[in-house]
Order: sequence, then structure tokens, then C-alpha cells
Amino acid sequence: MKIVVCVKQVPDTKGGVKFNPDGTLDRAAMLTIMNPDDKAGLEAALRLKDKYDAEVTVLTMGLPKADEVLREAIAMGADHGILVTDRVLGGADTWATSTTIAGAIRNLEYDLIITGRQAIDGDTAQVGPQIAEHLGLPVISYAQDIKIEGDSVVVQRQYEDRYHELKVKMPCLITALSELNEPRYMTPGGIFDAYEKEVTVWGRADLKDVDDSNLGLKGSPTKIAKASDKVRKGAGEKVTLDAEEAVAYLMGKFKEKHVI
Amino acid sequence: MGLEEYKGVFVFAQQVDNVLDGVAFELLGKARDLAKDLSTEVTAVLIGSDIKGLADQLAEYGADKVIVVDDPELKEYRTEPYAHALASVINEYKPEIMLVGATAIGRDLGPTVSARVATGLTADCTVLEIGDFPINPVPNQEQKHNQLLMTRPAFGGNTIATIACPDNRPQMATVRPGVMQKIAPIKDAKANVIEFNPGFTPNNRYVEILNIVKAVKNTANIMDAKILVSGGRGVGSKENFKLLDELAEVLGGTVSCSRAVVENGWQPVDLQVGQTGKTVRPQIYFAIGISGAIQHVAGMEDSDLIVAINKDEDAPIFDVADYGLVGDLNKIVPALTKALKEEMNKI
Repeated sequence: MKIVVCVKQVPDTKGGVKFNPDGTLDRAAMLTIMNPDDKAGLEAALRLKDKYDAEVTVLTMGLPKADEVLREAIAMGADHGILVTDRVLGGADTWATSTTIAGAIRNLEYDLIITGRQAIDGDTAQVGPQIAEHLGLPVISYAQDIKIEGDSVVVQRQYEDRYHELKVKMPCLITALSELNEPRYMTPGGIFDAYEKEVTVWGRADLKDVDDSNLGLKGSPTKIAKASDKVRKGAGEKVTLDAEEAVAYLMGKFKEKHVI
Repeated sequence: MGLEEYKGVFVFAQQVDNVLDGVAFELLGKARDLAKDLSTEVTAVLIGSDIKGLADQLAEYGADKVIVVDDPELKEYRTEPYAHALASVINEYKPEIMLVGATAIGRDLGPTVSARVATGLTADCTVLEIGDFPINPVPNQEQKHNQLLMTRPAFGGNTIATIACPDNRPQMATVRPGVMQKIAPIKDAKANVIEFNPGFTPNNRYVEILNIVKAVKNTANIMDAKILVSGGRGVGSKENFKLLDELAEVLGGTVSCSRAVVENGWQPVDLQVGQTGKTVRPQIYFAIGISGAIQHVAGMEDSDLIVAINKDEDAPIFDVADYGLVGDLNKIVPALTKALKEEMNKI
């Protein structure tokens, strides 16, 4: 069985968030990580590798620096890493991104493609289903459990108030929720491998059956009209008092505001 | 593609088990505003099996027309027959705007359909309006009028981007439940129904549903609550949430929580507020033992009044709180419950 896992390198917004004095995010001070949903997708693939000896290829699109997440994936146990990077691919929206990744995946053999549900920087949840659409594959989004049955996958697909247990013949694409599992750590042997192994680097010319008009900023149907750092309403009052005084203070405020 | 051929504002009217989702009505409310600015009509797209009876409700909430795609293949939501249904409606009726709820269904259907009809899709919009693109004239670039301008938070709510889709139609957007306002229902409105069936032939992309497991619903809908008493990791244990239950009870409020609480198994996921949970805007939001990660803040910062209680005076939650109490929640919360109880008894 061959599995392709799509991952994204994202700024770490959890925990190490840094703000500028004006309340905006200080991006330069933040670290990058493998997107959490993608890491859960990778872990799911590695468990299938453990069980069925599947071959796991990790693919990312990004700046040359995104090589780091591929090395991390290899250190966790992935077999191959492919970095899709090219200046002409920059500024892509989800349509152009999914077109690019589909163009890269067309070069590969696969039974299963796993992506994260959504990335924590964009939060769109669009790229996975759109890759499936470009490749003509069935898609199962929001997977909270993945099993293999013969030539099919059986997946628990999460909704707000229920889940559906779905079965479909491979090849197919699954988008993973971070609730799916607890990703493993890198192993010392894996870390050694990660720096021994060659990561394959592909550019525009390596994408299969993709038209230039669907790539990068120019090939993106959605255009940014305006972007700004969100201006928060700002902090109100903060007091440090013992419990009784704190309650008296708050009750006073509630009365002032006619809350009670 | 002749963009001018595309007319009208369409709304995907999500139903599950033949009950319309509230987000359908909310989107119709916004669609009416947009349609007014464009001097056009609002059309709801109702997809399912045996669902014609729901059409009048859509008229009550502002749909001028209802396109009904009714087929036994559409009984339960599955990506493929639904994507085929909606993409076929778009190809046949050519809407200029297509709105979809950002639900677990819409966030699967929307991207699949947008890729199929080769247009852009903007996720989780918080503001939708009609305007010019570019917003201000730019030399050597045509300024297009009557464009859908879609505003959304990104980066865990820390940046706001306004996005247009000037060269492709329809202009597609998803909107989270609870963001737009529905109109007061128009009594006894009757739907102008158009039936449409593009034909459904199962192929490799039709998944098989083996089982449907519904969660036992014993939790309140936190999106409807006027007062939310929300707990985070700092509450310390599942048992200790009783302090919050008691406070919520005195206030007639509802308990909600942060992601960490769900991950620890202290509360069910339906009570989770934040980027991966629900967006709430109650009249009062108590953030108790919640540090205020931006993913959490993104889901509650539009609350009318925010009270934060946390022992860490540097917790980022204090940056968005109207009133911040630095101290031990185990002492402050019971004392507050007691004081409120006494106050209520006075009245």
C-alpha cells in the first residue's frame, strides 16, 4: 500500500504567541511547526505503515525552508519527502494550491492520500477536498478514525451531532482531524535518517497536467482586496484583590452596567 | 465565461434528517441585503430526499424562489451526490453569488463544488457586502463594481482580510453559524418552487454509509446562550466544574469551555468555544481559568461583556476582558455565586 500525506509548515499560534505593543501578532518572533491536523494525518499513515508495511511519502508545498517539516516527518518514520517549491507558485489561494498539489501527486503511485482537515494559519479546510476533486477521487473529510478493509477504507466521518461510518474503495482522499490520534515523537534513528535522506525537490516543470493560468497569485480566483491586523477592542480593567473584595468589585460593576 | 450571465444570490439550504439548519435562515437574511444592493432575487437551494415540505419555511425567511433537488440518493449527506446536485444547479441557473453554511457539511461541500465549477471560495466569512474591486482605483486596472467583498479572520483571528472573486462566477463564500442575522419570518409565505433533478448515477466517488451514530444530545446549545460561564484548563478537574455549574445556575446561564478541557475529557466537544469549536457572542462571557489562546479568543471576543478570572496576571485573556480578576478561581467563583444569590433574593 502506498500513502501520500500532505503537510504544511505553519507559524505556531498555540502557546508561543507573541504580540507587538500595538496588540498585533509578532510573526517574526514565532516558531514554525508542522500543522497539527496534518501531523495527525501523518501519524495515521505511520500506523498503517506499522500494520500493513505501507510506504509513506510526505509532500509539502512552500518556501525552501518547508524542507524542515519533511525532515521532521522522516524522523517520525516517513519513507520519502517531496518539496514542491517555485517562485511562480507563490501567493496561491486554495484553488491554485490544490491545483499545484494535484499536479505533483499525478507523478506518484498511491492508494490513499491523507491531508489535515485545515491549517491553523488559514483555517479554510478547502485544500483537501479540492485536491480530491482535481484528481477525481472520492473524499472523506473530518476523519476521526481510519481502518483498512481489503481494498477499501472504513472511516468515521465526524459531524456536529453524529458520525457516519463510511466505506469506500481506494484510491481515495481522507482529511484528518487532530483528535484522530496522538502523533509519535521523532526517534533518534529517525532523526539520523532525516538528515541522511534526500528530499526530492520539484518545481513548476515537474507538475503534471497543470495549466499556468491556474497557478500562483495570477491563477488564484480569489484576490485580497484589503488585509489588516485585527484591532482588538483592548483590555479593560484588571484588578488583583482577595476573593471577597474581587466579588464586591465585580458586583459593583454589574450594577453600574445594569447587568443585575 | 460571460460573467454578466450570472444573476441572483443563492443560498444552500442545509437540512439534516429533513430539518432545516438555522444557518440556512441566517444566510437568507444576509442574501436579502446583498440581493437588494444588486437589485436581484434570493434563491434557496434545497437538496435531499422527500424534502419539498420544507420549501415554505425558506420563503418565510426570505427566499424568493426555492430550487428543490429531491432524490432518494440524497437521503443522507454524502459528498458526491450532494456536490453533483449543487454543481448542476450552479451550471444550470448561473448564480452570481453562492452562500454555504460553514458547517461540517458545508466545509466539505463548498470546496468540492467550487473546484468542480472552477471558481474561488472564501471560508468562514464574518462580513459580506457589495462593493468595488479594487476598493480604491488602481492605475491600469479596471475597477469592477457590484462585487461581493468577503471579509474573514485568518491566522487564528489575528488578521482580517477582505477578499474578492472578480473574474470567476459564482462568487462563493461559507459563513459560520451564528454570524448572520435571520429576518423575522414572513407569516404564511408560500415558496415559488422549481424542481430540478440532474440525475444521479453512482460511481467510484459514492461512498457507502455503513452506520450512523448520533451523539446523545444532553448538552445545551451554547450559541443560543445569553450568559456563558466558560472554564479552561485552570479549573483543574472535571469535578471542579461544579463551581461553574453553580454560577451558571444562579445566572440562568450555560457552561461552556476551552479546547484544553475537551482534550482532557472534562466536557463534551459541543461545549467548546473557539476556532475549532463554536463562535459565541453572549451578553456576558465568563472566562474562568482560561489563558486566552488566540484560537479561543477568536470564538468569544465579540461577546458584549467579558469577565476573566485567572491566577496568572499575564494571561492573554486579560487583554480582551472588560473586567479581569487576578486570583484563585476556587475562592472567587463560589463567593461570586453566593453574592449573586443574595442579590437575586433581594429583588
